[in-house]
Amino acid sequence: MELFLQQTANALALGGTYALLALGLAVVFSIMGLINFAHGELMTIAGYVLMYCGIASVPFVIAVPLAITASVLAAVAMERIAFRPVRNGSGATMLVTSFAVAMILQVLFQNLISARSQPVLLPALLSDSVRVFGLVIGVNKLAAIASTIVMLVFLDWFMKHQKTGVAMRAAAEDFAVARLMGIRANTVIAGAFALSGLLAGVAAVLWVSQRASVDPLMGFMPVLKAFIAAILGGLGSLRGAVAGGFLLGFIEIYLAAFLPPEMQEFRDPIGLGIVVLVLLIRPNGLIPSATLKAEKV
Amino acid sequence: MAPLLSAQGLQVRYGAVEAVRGVSFEIQQGEIVALLGANGAGKSSILNAIVGLVPTASGQVMFDGKDITGAAPEGLAPSGLTLSPEGRRVFGTLSVSDNLRMGAFGLTDKDEIAEAWERVYDLFPILKERKDQYAGTLSGGQQQMLAVGRALMSNPRLLLLDEPSLGLAPLIMDQIFELIAKLRDQGVTLLVVEQNVAKTLQVADRGYILVSGEIVEAGKTSELTQSSSMQDAYLGAN
Ligand SMILES: Nc1ncnc2c1ncn2[C@@H]1O[C@H](COP(=O)(O)OP(=O)(O)OP(=O)(O)O)[C@@H](O)[C@H]1O
Ligand SMILES: [Mg+2]
Repeated sequence: MELFLQQTANALALGGTYALLALGLAVVFSIMGLINFAHGELMTIAGYVLMYCGIASVPFVIAVPLAITASVLAAVAMERIAFRPVRNGSGATMLVTSFAVAMILQVLFQNLISARSQPVLLPALLSDSVRVFGLVIGVNKLAAIASTIVMLVFLDWFMKHQKTGVAMRAAAEDFAVARLMGIRANTVIAGAFALSGLLAGVAAVLWVSQRASVDPLMGFMPVLKAFIAAILGGLGSLRGAVAGGFLLGFIEIYLAAFLPPEMQEFRDPIGLGIVVLVLLIRPNGLIPSATLKAEKV
Repeated sequence: MAPLLSAQGLQVRYGAVEAVRGVSFEIQQGEIVALLGANGAGKSSILNAIVGLVPTASGQVMFDGKDITGAAPEGLAPSGLTLSPEGRRVFGTLSVSDNLRMGAFGLTDKDEIAEAWERVYDLFPILKERKDQYAGTLSGGQQQMLAVGRALMSNPRLLLLDEPSLGLAPLIMDQIFELIAKLRDQGVTLLVVEQNVAKTLQVADRGYILVSGEIVEAGKTSELTQSSSMQDAYLGAN
């Protein structure tokens, strides 16, 4: 039982990080139909900011907002430079553009920083653990769970009560009519990228806090997982992205913890098998977007 | 007096399809003008081209003395021109009040926004009753009211209505036409596209008859009622 609860805390921490990343993908996708695979590189950028701050002995409490800000600015710049010119292109055109952006950034990291993994100096506190309800939980896990909750509450408030957030939901549903109301396309799209950058930045801090290292390809795996989570939840649906992120976190952690040792090497295929099974039962994902439906018979 | 809106040789193309073949018309301040024609005549294309939702192939559109040809849609509502599009297109996943709030997106003056709320809730009490409900769960008639109410939230001087009575029960339809008359009394100029020709001719001052993307007749509604191209326009002959 204790092991189970322990693993549940781990699953919440990992699932929360996936949820934040999947949300970032979903916010942009819901508005412009782009799956931004360069989302992971936003994480990497934030990771490198944390690394340089560590080297320059900048306190962690300052390094974190700097890293998140860098990710937001990079996201907005990415939209302005790379995605605005192809905004009216097909989904495939935008997807290929996002791969190109990801690869260019990876090559830049490899050549300007280092091709190898770099250590990130973290406060000792993060590797401590505390007792909560009789469980021993890492401070970094607790911080991940708490940050996820704060971000989800913030995002929910923003999308429901802030004029810009409501406008983003309106634009996601019917962009043309939203523009008729005087909602500027550029504002909404730049806003979506800024939000996705914020989410990627927070996710990066959580990710790096578990690993204490950063490398040029760091963003690829988590963003691939987030993509799976977004599909699992229902592509384009924000609630779905959160649900999918948590479910994927739970699947991965429980399989790692409870699958018999001789089956551990099949962990990933089994995990993906479960995802496919869920999608067979719910083809549009756990919480489908109201405006996007898979229309195949 | 210079017209509030005028179009000169307006042309709309979708690939090889020439949907609007160089039409010219004008709307004076305070008028209700009807744009009539069979399905596919190009009525929606004209309205959508005016507000920049579809590109204008050639021609010129002037609103309030300014050239708005090819202007981006987001700039028009703040300058007093808006469209209630065909098929309602309310934001179904937003609450009724959020839909209305988005209608007033371009307004910045607090008093003006407050007046807009009051006017819309006054015209459509049902929207006030249902303000927290998702727009997607409203009935068709209520959604149509929301679509018109949302357009009114920007305090337009010129409101373009694309088939506001489509699919409504006769009683609700009457309400929509009463509303059109009421809006004019409140100083809103209207360009109305309608399938319900008889009722439209009753409330409108002037009309244009469109056949296959061309205006074949224009005039006071009293004259149009007797015109033979009126019959042709709807029987689809040309
Ligand atoms: N997006 C589009 N792509 C291609 N053709 C289009 C498009 N929109 C309209 N058309 C064509 O342009 C012509 C005019 O269409 P439009 O929607 O303007 O007609 P309408 O008068 O509004 O008809 P209705 O009364 O049915 O609403 C039609 O032949 C239609 O098929
Ligand atoms: Mg039409």
